[in-house]
Amino acid sequence: MLSRRVIPCLDVHAGRVVKGIKFLELRDAGDPVESAKAYDAQGADELVFLDITASSDGRGIMHDVVARTAEQCFMPLTVGGGLRTVADIEAMLKSGADKVSINTAAIKDPQLIRSASDRFGAQCIVLAIDAKREPDGHSWRVYTHGGRNRTELDAVKWAEEAVRLGAGEILLTSMDADGTLAGFDCPLTRAVSDAVSVPVIASGGAGKLDHFAEVIHTGHASAVLAASLFHFGTLTVSQVKNHLASVGIPVRH
Amino acid sequence: MIAVIDNGICNLRSVTKALEAVGAQVRVVQTPVELASSGAQGLVLPGVGALRDCVASLRATGLAESVRDWISADRPFLGVCLGMQALFDHSEEGAAGGTAGLGIFPGRVVRFQRASEYKIPHMGWNTVRFTHPESPLRDGLDLDGESFYFVHSFHCVPADPALVLGECDYGGVFTAAIGRGRCFATQFHPEKSQSKGLRIYRNFATIAASVKVG
Repeated sequence: MLSRRVIPCLDVHAGRVVKGIKFLELRDAGDPVESAKAYDAQGADELVFLDITASSDGRGIMHDVVARTAEQCFMPLTVGGGLRTVADIEAMLKSGADKVSINTAAIKDPQLIRSASDRFGAQCIVLAIDAKREPDGHSWRVYTHGGRNRTELDAVKWAEEAVRLGAGEILLTSMDADGTLAGFDCPLTRAVSDAVSVPVIASGGAGKLDHFAEVIHTGHASAVLAASLFHFGTLTVSQVKNHLASVGIPVRH
Repeated sequence: MIAVIDNGICNLRSVTKALEAVGAQVRVVQTPVELASSGAQGLVLPGVGALRDCVASLRATGLAESVRDWISADRPFLGVCLGMQALFDHSEEGAAGGTAGLGIFPGRVVRFQRASEYKIPHMGWNTVRFTHPESPLRDGLDLDGESFYFVHSFHCVPADPALVLGECDYGGVFTAAIGRGRCFATQFHPEKSQSKGLRIYRNFATIAASVKVG
């Protein structure tokens, strides 16, 4: 049986791990390769590196981080942040990423999804969507730049379009839930997951064990992602997997 | 020595590092001449991306014939993901009529047809049941229940059921690995499957090391 995946995310700035609370306050804490190895040992099913380096100068460091991680961790690695062109994507895959996640660049040029998917395969093109609930309470708007910039895109429709263009997976972050520790946005996750044929990774809001099971059961998530919760050791990956198993959700041991 | 084919379309680092992690010496090869001069006892064909690019690259370099000769001589071979799918006659992947494979084994590669609750690509960790318990590739691995990492939308349907070495269930059973003599191939990615995957590479390296080059 296919396991539900538990995925730690490492936000990386200039080669160092940070985690922004609500995407704004950053706390420096650690070497990404060491963190990756620790998560590997905890039984993480995949890893996500999100490069939040603002300047292109600092981006070269990410290739080194990815290469060193891929040499030491024999598990799937997704890298996102600042990838704007097919050439950027190719370079990151060659550094050792198994998948890349694209966000703003795909909004600016949706054909990037198609070009990258045709060249490298849908399986390695992850579309990241940052979504905020609209005032109507039952639809979600796509935002960029850590939630600062509102777009014209409806989150569910954008996910459908991206899959049509060749995205192989959706990494869906609720900007409302992110950093609150109050639980994932299950209605958002369900709306997107039920609308697309590809797996959806739920992100944003995990605060306790029940939240992970909830977003799988009621949100129909294929995978769950958390950053600070794991990074600061509030919960371990193995605790989450044990909890999921205890409520009947298949996980890898 | 294990040769790993670089067909220019995918990152080989994780495959070569996995082989090195189990103690194998690795040589990356891009041409039949490099393969012949490598002195390799084993040959690995990795692959991610689009099958048509993978097959086209193998044909353009002449490595398609090398792979065919290698397998027909029963020299140790391991295909991974697209490197498995490429061995069959035909794949549904690709525009207008699909993609012709190398045709080393009779059979087809078909797109998953599953109920909508089964997300495609089949992505993540799934368990494999080995159907040839005595296969040296599964040495040290449980017969049923080891988890490996899969990411694919198409799967192989060998014409000869005896070719099947491992099965996986995703809304229906499909072929997760094949084996005949010293030729093996897996749909899953051993290089992404942590210790169990490294065990596959260790087993393959052991099989290769047992062969004299001459």
